[in-house]
Amino acid sequence: MSIESRPPPSLFWPKLRRAVGGRAGWSGLVLQIAFVALLVWIGYEIVANARANLQAQRVASGFGFLDNTAGFAVSQALIPYSESNTYARVFVVGLLNTLIVSVIGIIFATIFGFLVGLGRLSPNWLLSRLSGGYVELVRNLPLLFQILFWYLAVLATLPNPRQSISLFDKFFLSNRGFVIPKPIEQASFGPFVIAIVIAIVASLLLRSYARRQLFDHGRMLKIWPYGLGLLIGLPLIVCLVLGAPVTFEIPALRGFNFAGGSRIIPEFIALTLALSTYTAAFIAEIVRAGVQSVNKGQMEAGSSLGLSRGTVLRLIVVPQAMRVILPPLTNQYLNLTKNSSLAVAIGYPDLFSVFAGTTLSQTGQAIEIIAITMGVYLLISLVTSAVMSYYGWRINRNLGAT
Amino acid sequence: MTDQLATSFVRQDLVPQRPAPVVTTGFVGFLRTRLFNTPSNALLTIVCALLLWFTVVPTIKFLVVDAVWQGNDRSACLAENVGRTVGACWPFVQAKFIQFIYGFYPEAERWRVNVIFALAIMLLIPLLIPRIPGKTANAGLFFLAFPLVAYFLLHGGGIRGFGLTWTADAALALANSIVDAGRKLAELGEARGVIGWLPVLLGKTLALLGSALAIPIAPLGWLRDWIQASGKAVWADVALTAIVVSLLLFFLNGGLRTGWRSLIISLVTFAGIALVIAVMGLDRGGLPIVDSRLYGGLLVTLIVSVTGIVASMPIGIALALGRRATIPLVRIFSIAFIEFWRGVPLITVLFFATYMLPLFLPGNFTIDGLLRVLIGIALFSGAYNAEVVRGGLAAIPRGQAEAASALGLSYWKTTSLVVMPQALRHVIPGLVNSFIALFKDTTLVLIVAIFDLLGSLRAAFADPVWATPSTLFTGFAFAGIIYFIFCFGMSRYSLFVEHRLNAHRRH
Repeated sequence: MSIESRPPPSLFWPKLRRAVGGRAGWSGLVLQIAFVALLVWIGYEIVANARANLQAQRVASGFGFLDNTAGFAVSQALIPYSESNTYARVFVVGLLNTLIVSVIGIIFATIFGFLVGLGRLSPNWLLSRLSGGYVELVRNLPLLFQILFWYLAVLATLPNPRQSISLFDKFFLSNRGFVIPKPIEQASFGPFVIAIVIAIVASLLLRSYARRQLFDHGRMLKIWPYGLGLLIGLPLIVCLVLGAPVTFEIPALRGFNFAGGSRIIPEFIALTLALSTYTAAFIAEIVRAGVQSVNKGQMEAGSSLGLSRGTVLRLIVVPQAMRVILPPLTNQYLNLTKNSSLAVAIGYPDLFSVFAGTTLSQTGQAIEIIAITMGVYLLISLVTSAVMSYYGWRINRNLGAT
Repeated sequence: MTDQLATSFVRQDLVPQRPAPVVTTGFVGFLRTRLFNTPSNALLTIVCALLLWFTVVPTIKFLVVDAVWQGNDRSACLAENVGRTVGACWPFVQAKFIQFIYGFYPEAERWRVNVIFALAIMLLIPLLIPRIPGKTANAGLFFLAFPLVAYFLLHGGGIRGFGLTWTADAALALANSIVDAGRKLAELGEARGVIGWLPVLLGKTLALLGSALAIPIAPLGWLRDWIQASGKAVWADVALTAIVVSLLLFFLNGGLRTGWRSLIISLVTFAGIALVIAVMGLDRGGLPIVDSRLYGGLLVTLIVSVTGIVASMPIGIALALGRRATIPLVRIFSIAFIEFWRGVPLITVLFFATYMLPLFLPGNFTIDGLLRVLIGIALFSGAYNAEVVRGGLAAIPRGQAEAASALGLSYWKTTSLVVMPQALRHVIPGLVNSFIALFKDTTLVLIVAIFDLLGSLRAAFADPVWATPSTLFTGFAFAGIIYFIFCFGMSRYSLFVEHRLNAHRRH
């Protein structure tokens, strides 16, 4: 009697059960239905209440207000803006201001944070104690406190424009901000920029060629003089041939304020200073933890090859530490971007300040405006973390891990 | 023998003295090895020393040496009156000290705030010292009883009902809401005409469900009315609630066999509640009400941070469990919730709470400005705590939960008795870090016009009586010292706990 192979039991019901109820099965399904009912009920209550309340307050709803004239001035706009522009334009102006303060803050915070973090690990006792003291002090004071301190106590007590602190009589620091010569484009500006781009690309190509030579044939090429020559030489040649690419409008004291030049508003300076010094303290700790996570033997091996401490750090330790550093570093970048919304406390016209602040108080459309603002910050967060995780993936790939 | 000696390899003359080895201990050695070992390090040392000289020395000079300690108004802190350079203007801080601590809390009622501070310290200190026993009771008092007592002390006012009344109110409101939603849905369906039969059916079902729900609730409603009609409503309610809850606990915990312990605990708790009600006169209207707009200064900073810490813990634990749940929708909801609150700045959350939350609530339901902010902060920091707790849960080996299941414990018992206690122990340092962040973030309430310590400081700067060149710096120095003491204290405590928890790993 041959054993007939029976067909496998139908997996339809178990699969369905898992799909709709998870591991808990049918009871999970019941729980989910109850959960959804609860959410729908809460959602219904929210919508019904909001509609009733808005009708009672006679507030218009919808996004039509974005086309209305804003009618207020903004103290810093990277794109042309006037009071007769719409709220949509205000939104773009604010967003650009947020982005510029975040990008500049991130650059300064990264540089300063790495310096302090490495300084804390330095064999020099005084330097490591000084860095440690800086980190402890800055991390334990609220950021808003620091922003207000820079703005109210430091920048506001600078001398007025007449007695401003000047550098070479071209840069002026006063309580009205930092006035610098304003670059004005000339005809040769286009070729000048192209020359810089070409020089950068050529230097990068040279670098990758040198790396390949090093990895494949063990030849160490000295390329930095050529790179430097390219970077300085090419733009210089363009300048000599076509004339200066920009001329500078030198600011001059006229009456009680400066005429000409570009002015960096004190709010921007205070915000950038506070954000970057505050975040730098956190980055310093991240860098320290990252460097300490690299096996001590790596450092010793590097030293025994006769490399200097700086070279060992740059070529051996920091690249390996980057794997540990990168995820929390991303978080700090996100924190800095989100914290830039504190600008509203000192009146720097960032997205939050002009949009959720001024526009909200003018139109009263709380739901739309706060939803847009939250959405934009959420989007920035998601994009930044996506970019950083791509970068982290690349570093891992280059180091040959996973 | 003698000529052998002559040719032996024994040195005949003394070796010249070698210089002593470089000192590597003591002060000089320290200088040599840690500060001036290479030229570049020597340069660094000099630069750092200069930096210190130009920052620390002027700070000390400002705060102590040049400071003015006594005076009644700005004239005491002006350089021309004092006759030297003037540092910190401490009389300004003395004059504004009350405002920095209490805000505009009425002077006659400030003893209430002091009682709260004293209670908090009395409950907190034994909680923080590991050696003192009775942690469960202590934590229960601090996290459950203290906030309620503090609310009635700070805000004043009494209560009209207790457990049964509230339960009846909430249940009736739920049933009404369901009936209401059903009826509206049905109306909507009828208005739509042809395709509307589905909403009509759904709406009618819902309305029926709501009405059906109202039937078992009805006795509860009668009981409530009866209680409210009796002369001493609060006391009747407390007594009835105590009986019902204690009996429920008694039978749920095993009745005559094992339920005595929980019965006694429950009765003692209710006796405590009754005592508090009697002492504070909550049944007779309680203390005079102080509007929350009068709160300010350090008081608000502490209210917001303590409430945030206490309220965000259960939210965080619930979200962390939800994120690991096996039920798909619960998991998706938790992830979305956490990622949303973590992705937006706190200040938008505060604006959301201040401007949008009132719109979402029924029109007759007003909600206090401070309370709105507290809700926003609890949600925000709950999402952050959830991630910390999740880290702790992930660190518990699966075997723990599996062993508990093998013993026949349910999911909730496994979680609450086996997994969660271990996970929370793991993440205490992480939680303390997030509390430090929360404490620092409380300053943001200043932006929605609630005057915490920083807000009071800012308001104090506007006072022309004290406008001197050094007022600003003095105020910032004072507030900075307070914030630093709190945050630094917390971070040191977290280090201490971390050390203690890792004691078994050090050897």
